[in-house]
Amino acid sequence: MEDVPERPRALLEAVKLTKKFGSLVANDQVSLAIRAGETHALLGENGAGKSTLVKMMCGLLQADSGELLYEGTPIVFHDPASSRAKGVGVVFQHFALFDAMTVVENVALGLPGHQPLPVLAARIDDCVRRYGLGVEPYRRVGELSVGERQRVEIVRCLLGDPRVLILDEPTSVLTPDESENLFRTVDLLTDEGRAVLFISHKLDEVRRLCHRATVLRGGRFIAEVDPQQETFGSLARLMVGADVPRTPRVTAHALGAPRLLALHLNVAGDGSRGSTLRDINFEVHAGEILGIAGVAGNGQTALFDVLSGETEVTDHESIVIDGEMAGGLSPTQRRALGAGFVPEERLGHAAAPDMRLSDNVLLTTHGDGHIVKAGIIRRATLFGRFQEIVKGFDVRFGGKDPKARRLSGGNMQKFVIGREVLRNPVLIVVDQPTWGVDAAAAAFIRTTLREHAAQGCAVLVISQDLDELLEFADRIAVMSEGRLTTPVPVAGTSREAIGLAMGGAHHAGGEGSHAA
Amino acid sequence: MPLRLERQENISPLRHAMAPVVAALVTLVVGAVMFVVLGHDPLRAFTIYFIEPLGDAYMLQELVVKASPLLLIGIGLAFCYRANRWNIGAEGQYVAGAVLGSWLALATQGTEAGPWVLPAMLVLGAIGGALWGLIPAFLRVRFGASEILTSLMLVYVAQLGLDYLVRGPWRDPQGFNFPQSVTFDDVALMPLLMGEGRLHGGIIIALLAVVAATFVLGRTLIGFSIELAGSAPRAAAFAGFDEKRVTYGVFAVSGALAGVAGIIEVAGPIGQLQPTISPGYGFTAIIAAMLGRLHPVGILVASLVLALTYIGGEAAQITMRLPFDVTRVFQGTLLIAILAADILVRYRIRRVEGTTHA
Repeated sequence: MEDVPERPRALLEAVKLTKKFGSLVANDQVSLAIRAGETHALLGENGAGKSTLVKMMCGLLQADSGELLYEGTPIVFHDPASSRAKGVGVVFQHFALFDAMTVVENVALGLPGHQPLPVLAARIDDCVRRYGLGVEPYRRVGELSVGERQRVEIVRCLLGDPRVLILDEPTSVLTPDESENLFRTVDLLTDEGRAVLFISHKLDEVRRLCHRATVLRGGRFIAEVDPQQETFGSLARLMVGADVPRTPRVTAHALGAPRLLALHLNVAGDGSRGSTLRDINFEVHAGEILGIAGVAGNGQTALFDVLSGETEVTDHESIVIDGEMAGGLSPTQRRALGAGFVPEERLGHAAAPDMRLSDNVLLTTHGDGHIVKAGIIRRATLFGRFQEIVKGFDVRFGGKDPKARRLSGGNMQKFVIGREVLRNPVLIVVDQPTWGVDAAAAAFIRTTLREHAAQGCAVLVISQDLDELLEFADRIAVMSEGRLTTPVPVAGTSREAIGLAMGGAHHAGGEGSHAA
Repeated sequence: MPLRLERQENISPLRHAMAPVVAALVTLVVGAVMFVVLGHDPLRAFTIYFIEPLGDAYMLQELVVKASPLLLIGIGLAFCYRANRWNIGAEGQYVAGAVLGSWLALATQGTEAGPWVLPAMLVLGAIGGALWGLIPAFLRVRFGASEILTSLMLVYVAQLGLDYLVRGPWRDPQGFNFPQSVTFDDVALMPLLMGEGRLHGGIIIALLAVVAATFVLGRTLIGFSIELAGSAPRAAAFAGFDEKRVTYGVFAVSGALAGVAGIIEVAGPIGQLQPTISPGYGFTAIIAAMLGRLHPVGILVASLVLALTYIGGEAAQITMRLPFDVTRVFQGTLLIAILAADILVRYRIRRVEGTTHA
């Protein structure tokens, strides 16, 4: 880390920041410098301490020791407002937008002081033109896609004229096209002399976009490198500390009976975006992984809810699980048929955030017969299963049995996947299995699902990560505006055809299916 | 000066447990100020309110008599509140239970009916309360009506219904036109536990409810589903617990326990139906439930504390000529203090600087 003289000096610099949560050291003397005109990547596994570092740099958390330098002078941010005042803007992974309000109203809420909405709308238009962001000020946020919502958040940040912009895993919810647009915006921002901190675990993006990269592992600073000079493998090794396992594709295994059938599945929906399903047809056989690709908000959540039994379906014959008509069954009855479900949202849907992790085991296992007997919870058995999940799936957390809300995203996901896999289901439906999860944990989750499929389980994966589906699914279908294309073997299709279908061009997906 | 509440992580269990104690202290301070303003020596008032009742065997019995209905109702409310269903109408369910149970007592009045009458009255009391409680549950499930409003409004319906009955069809013909029913036969009265005083079997039923509720809430899948429905509704639906069934279930349990408390009170200390059969037990039990941290054992302790405010209030009425409203003020202050303490345990107040539009 020699100081190259021609590099601009740091705008915002973290010097040996340390943060402990109880016995867990989330950040151990981590240093990071963000320079004007540079896009700086923060790379690391889940639980590596990226979020903690970012929160300390914007005043959401206070460091136990170490200091922040702003243009070389020490500064303390007591809260996000004081960091904003100094020109540090953050776009978090989870958006803070009100669905029922328009874009301009949402932006107004986030800005200090008061501005007439038309003036603000004009400023938004201005910003949109300058950075090619594609946001309409008077549309309701509820109607926007995830990518559009992210752009609203970025616009909101940019109106504060930030000198440092922090983007937390920005591409995890975007289509390849939307990601490209975002990269162009980021390039424009750095050309203007702003500094961008880009948090990601997608190595190709980091190599494409970033000038410098800081790698964290286990809460420690590992290296600061020039990503252009590194290979995919060398970056991955820095991040994980070992070679990243690629998911083994099992090509030659026999397909068994169909475990899940959707037959002319329709859901009327409530009129909001992505709540309608139109004539969905597919089958998932024992031993295979069927991937459903698509941009968020095209009906994937509605499809998951109707498969898990959380929303009712009028035609009971339109869902068949392991040979039984399941359309009229409750989630518990579907689990009794051997189905397992993993929803997209970890906290609040897959788990109760304010309940202990061991209690969260009960959510999907209470009907399985040995943890709950005659209506009485057998604590010892429950705790035994809890330990099995934690050990078998490497779920890491502080304390003995914390509330679910205190786990990092990747660890929570491993827990939720482990909870289903240990039930030995014949069918797993999983929505966004690796959303916001680091490379190593994602590889682990994919391998687990792959192995389970090889043992005769049918796996349905709904994902917005096309690369993931191309890597480990056997067949793939695309969801767009509540419709599903005919599934085609991954080997017999192309990235381009799928990308077009994701954008709503049904013919492209159709051609792929005819080719199969 | 704009203020903002910020959520606190890592709350120690000690802090959570101390909230009711702090709330009680705040209540005492507010009470002291109130007594000074009313022109009384606060120390003397506190002695009469909270110390003297504890030194007298008769008063101790009264304490238990008053704590029993609070305990029964409070446990029922804990089922609702854990599930995030806000039943404010336990007072109405109490009256409904009392009325349906009393119907049997009046129907068998003067007949040769045996000792089955009282148990049957208790069952009818539970049914009456449960049915009354299921009305707001139905309105919520079917129409999305706020159970807070409907359950509260049904209190007045029940009270006026009782008023009509004791002034009309159920009035004692030999009662000199007083609005009250005949006094119940012995088979329709709660047995007394001691030779002297008014201590009756109701406390045994209430203690059984403590044991049963502790078990159900802490050890069974039903208790877990209630907790989960309150904590994370979407996760509860995912787990396969039907939120309608949870709503009906907790309102039925809550109403049944309030109804049992009502019929016990009428068949116990009162002995007949009259227009007013409760000094606001159904509302005070809300405080008992919150103060007791929605745990049956905690509610047991809280019920005794709140019963003390009733007894002390009666004593202060006699010796200090203080109005009974002082007791209400105490209870109300305690509720506000416990709710505030709960918020302050989980959140901290931060001053927001720089803007006026926060």
